[in-house]
Amino acid sequence: MSILDAKIPEGPLADKWTKYKNEINLVNPANKRNIDVIVVGTGLAGGAAAASLAELGYNVKTFCYQDSPRRAHSIAAQGGINASKNYQGDGDSDYRLFYDTVKGGDYRSREANVYRLAEVSGNIIDQCVAQGVPFAREYGGLLDNRSFGGVLVSRTFYAKGQTGQQLLLGAYSAMNRQINRGKIQSFNRHEMLDIVKVDGKARGIIARNLVTGEIERHGAHAVVLATGGYGNVFYLSTNAMGSNVTAAWKAHRRGAFFANPCYTQIHPTCIPVSGDHQSKLTLMSESLRNDGRIWVPKKIEDAVAIREGKKKPTDLSEDERDYYLERRYPAFGNLVPRDVASRAAKERCDAGFGVNKTGEAVYLDFASAIDRYGKMEANIHKIDNPSAQKIYDLGRDVIENKYGNLFQMYEKIVDENPYKTPMMIYPAVHYTMGGLWVDYNLQTNIEGCYAAGEANFSDHGANRLGASALMQGLADGYFVLPYTIGDYLSNDIRTGKIPTDTPEFDQVEKDVNDRIHKLMNASGKHSVDHFHKKLGKIMWNKCGMSRNAKDLESAITEIAALRKEFWADVKIPGSADSMNPELEKAGRVADFLELGELFAKDALNRSESAGGHYREESVELDGPQKGEALRDDVNFKYVAAWEYKGEPKDAVLHKEDLKFENIELKTRSYK
Amino acid sequence: MGMISSSIARKFAMALSGLFLVFFLGQHFVINLTAVLDPDTFNSWSHFMGNNGLVQALLQPVLIFGVVFHFVMGFILELKNRGARVKSYAKYKGSANASWASRNMIISGLVILAFLCLHFYDFWFPEMIHKYVDALPLDPTRYYAETVHKFESPVRVGLYVIAFVLLAIHLWHGFASSFQSVGFNNKYSKALTKFAKVYSILIPLGFIFIALYLHLNQLPH
Amino acid sequence: MKLTLKIWRQANANAKGSMQTYPIDGIEGDMSFLEMMDVLNEQLINKGEEPVVFDHDCREGICGSCSLQINGEPHGPDRGVTTCQLHMRMFNDGDEIVIEPFRAKAFPVIKDLMVDRSAFDRIQQAGGYVSVNTSGNTIDANSTPIEKENADAAFEAATCIGCGACVAACKNASAMLFTSAKVSQYALLPQGQVEASTRVLNMVEQMDKEGFGNCTNTGACEVECPKGISLENIARMNREYMAAVSKG
Repeated sequence: MSILDAKIPEGPLADKWTKYKNEINLVNPANKRNIDVIVVGTGLAGGAAAASLAELGYNVKTFCYQDSPRRAHSIAAQGGINASKNYQGDGDSDYRLFYDTVKGGDYRSREANVYRLAEVSGNIIDQCVAQGVPFAREYGGLLDNRSFGGVLVSRTFYAKGQTGQQLLLGAYSAMNRQINRGKIQSFNRHEMLDIVKVDGKARGIIARNLVTGEIERHGAHAVVLATGGYGNVFYLSTNAMGSNVTAAWKAHRRGAFFANPCYTQIHPTCIPVSGDHQSKLTLMSESLRNDGRIWVPKKIEDAVAIREGKKKPTDLSEDERDYYLERRYPAFGNLVPRDVASRAAKERCDAGFGVNKTGEAVYLDFASAIDRYGKMEANIHKIDNPSAQKIYDLGRDVIENKYGNLFQMYEKIVDENPYKTPMMIYPAVHYTMGGLWVDYNLQTNIEGCYAAGEANFSDHGANRLGASALMQGLADGYFVLPYTIGDYLSNDIRTGKIPTDTPEFDQVEKDVNDRIHKLMNASGKHSVDHFHKKLGKIMWNKCGMSRNAKDLESAITEIAALRKEFWADVKIPGSADSMNPELEKAGRVADFLELGELFAKDALNRSESAGGHYREESVELDGPQKGEALRDDVNFKYVAAWEYKGEPKDAVLHKEDLKFENIELKTRSYK
Repeated sequence: MGMISSSIARKFAMALSGLFLVFFLGQHFVINLTAVLDPDTFNSWSHFMGNNGLVQALLQPVLIFGVVFHFVMGFILELKNRGARVKSYAKYKGSANASWASRNMIISGLVILAFLCLHFYDFWFPEMIHKYVDALPLDPTRYYAETVHKFESPVRVGLYVIAFVLLAIHLWHGFASSFQSVGFNNKYSKALTKFAKVYSILIPLGFIFIALYLHLNQLPH
Repeated sequence: MKLTLKIWRQANANAKGSMQTYPIDGIEGDMSFLEMMDVLNEQLINKGEEPVVFDHDCREGICGSCSLQINGEPHGPDRGVTTCQLHMRMFNDGDEIVIEPFRAKAFPVIKDLMVDRSAFDRIQQAGGYVSVNTSGNTIDANSTPIEKENADAAFEAATCIGCGACVAACKNASAMLFTSAKVSQYALLPQGQVEASTRVLNMVEQMDKEGFGNCTNTGACEVECPKGISLENIARMNREYMAAVSKG
């Protein structure tokens, strides 16, 4: 029997959550006033959790490294949020959303968690609308939906290309209401540097005030980590510059298991890298794939000519283009899930068909969509025999209406007009499905320490479907944690305030100070970014879209060596007792250097291909799926939860077997 | 002014007093124009304005209050606004995003204030002394000659022209902007804004024309 | 390309601060402005000097962290972009670029180019929300149809990223565009009606308390706003405010 108990409630799938809510212990309002909760991270999950817990009556302290909770990186999510409202009447239901999510995750997520997510998804939309989130609407005044990759229904609610921003501002406004009521104290420009356990339970954190450099102690009855993902271990990703794994990693070092670290989502539609100076990558919403067609030249000579600037993409006729997604996956075409689309792009570019200077880009072409919409509009406006220019203009207007801001963003960055010439895109690290292991209550192995949103591993299996991250973050924060934490805190009504002048806090604060001291005194030769870039290169080349045992083994050694080098040779100017962004970065990179190794170790262990994790050794050798990723349900139908034992290489694997009682495991086919 | 303490209330009051002054300016212009068209009408209207009890006892104080309020509030806001940026920019490219007129209302305003002083010195104080201190007998025919006489000096006419150019600049921003301040900015306000822009050029231009006309058409002494 | 940077350096909130000159070479047009700053900082670190501190995070123009007054304009000479989206192709070889923090009494400098914009948070805390609890037990999202025109206008107002360029551009350091964007978002939606009066009164009161200047309708904010928030929002706020005052 595994030591991992997911605490999934008994009973039929659809009744589990209701039954659970009916049976948990509650805390009476008077007692809630005596209970403190710390929420680290103020994105969708953290912001929503903080607002909800404060509203219930708990005293909440929030922490974020940004200057305002509103700047958490949830804000950058573009496309939308899924909910099984079935407003379109196209056959959607909780079950179908559940099914799509499990299937999209390549059967590596927990049924009960995913079903709960689908079940509360509708409520999220109700809640957000009530808060004044301005979702897109139809002319009749009702909410509009669009479709997203990997599914066959339109269940995605959106606010132009800024859905994440609007949802985050909704959660932030709910937080503001509680700040105004005095129920939330928000500590901005603060970074959590460690978690404090007392008698095995999470009872507080050590945080650094990023403005003054002061190290602070904060006690609480429970700690929620909603600190996002660790995509920045790749240096280049679509994450914010400050996104980091530190909070989750510190919890891991203190006993929380880290689950499935190798599950990374590489998003297919990002703007390609332009040079060595690149500091981050920009995502173009997946919604573009609704109308854009992806292609590379059919003939390698054409690809070479384009790379050398001798030919333009518009010079190539239809016959000379390879719409490889439509060719390989006729059923889903350009709307295959992200992992499939990304790998297909890499496959073409590796084969020499890439279309930018570095050979790492494919085209996303809107010409046929402009033509199609143009003809449709001409029809609607009763224009007989429209000229080609007229059709183009009408179609262009439709496209501009739908994606105008994205097109403008593209033009600003690349300096090319995407209405005239196809966009260039390439996959980039976007989201990490792995994270802290949590049970059904979203509690980690450390009692009283919860993880929500991207920071936990729970709902997306080996691959996340588009528009599901926002759904999960808000579900965790608004609707799950308020119940599950209450159940836990019902045992704490007699505990009293958590004192911070205890030996436990003394020790952890000392550990934090020692580490800062060690970093400041390395007095080496290279900047933090120097090491971070090196780590990113190893990760991208050996733990990226396509992995094999040999590369992963060498990644493990290389990262360990780089980590050693880092601690001996990093150079951090300034002092620790004042604002010092280099010191902040150093602490984060130090943690990435440990996580990266565990990542590679996990990827090496999982010798199957599942979702975003593709092992070259595990592909279909025959049949209609020939060449596609091959999952191994016999040996790997489990969550890999790693226990910290000092060095990443010594981490101990615990397996949580995944039970599929409501879904039949199938080969994920998008053909 | 204690009552009007919030930023928006002050802005609203500035707009209302400004609109009132714009209206007054139009009325003043119409009377002045008669000096060009028909000296007799000018005399009779001037006499009416100067001796009608309602105008003198009610409208005149309201006008003076409007002028004083607009200036005092303008200064208060200017000082407060300057205080909102303690340390100024080493490089500030105001012209990149806003018109000169909108950024320098205090300068055009101060010029107009200086002109008003001159204007009071020229017309209002003599008039007050004439009527109330010396208590000279009523003479409904004296206004035209006195006015024409004032425009004999080219220096005064020059100052007059400069002041009205700055008034035009002040109105160019101020008139249209008062609609925004009172919350009127929609598809209908576009036309009104156009009217305001035309008004802010034509009326000062008209005043300048009258001044030049009178200067060039001096009566024999 | 080769550039001369003149950058405001200030060790902390209480230090005096001054402009410093840094020559820089090897800048490419494809770099973003902040990547150019990264290059400078890497050079400074290698020389053992403290890098220039500035706010930044998402680097895709949406988080609102990055600021910078570049050659006298917030977010630099380009329109509709934040500093992180400003590309060096906007500049020419040999240019001198003056880089300063956003300046306003209500935005005190923390260090170098980083300022404290928490005044914006406090304005929102004063009323920038709908007082609905987060239980999810509200009415169905589609039970109140909202005219598309209003929903779209509310969205346009809600796209404000809270970067503070409006304040930085305004000669009066006024925060009216920011405040009005939030007031407008709720004023345009039925959900926001119930608390409309108290919201606008409280938010404007807080805005005044923070020490921002008054609006003189120069329109600089609208021009410099990376998200193109319209002046119509300020007019709407003025309307809402006076209506609320007259209600008493």
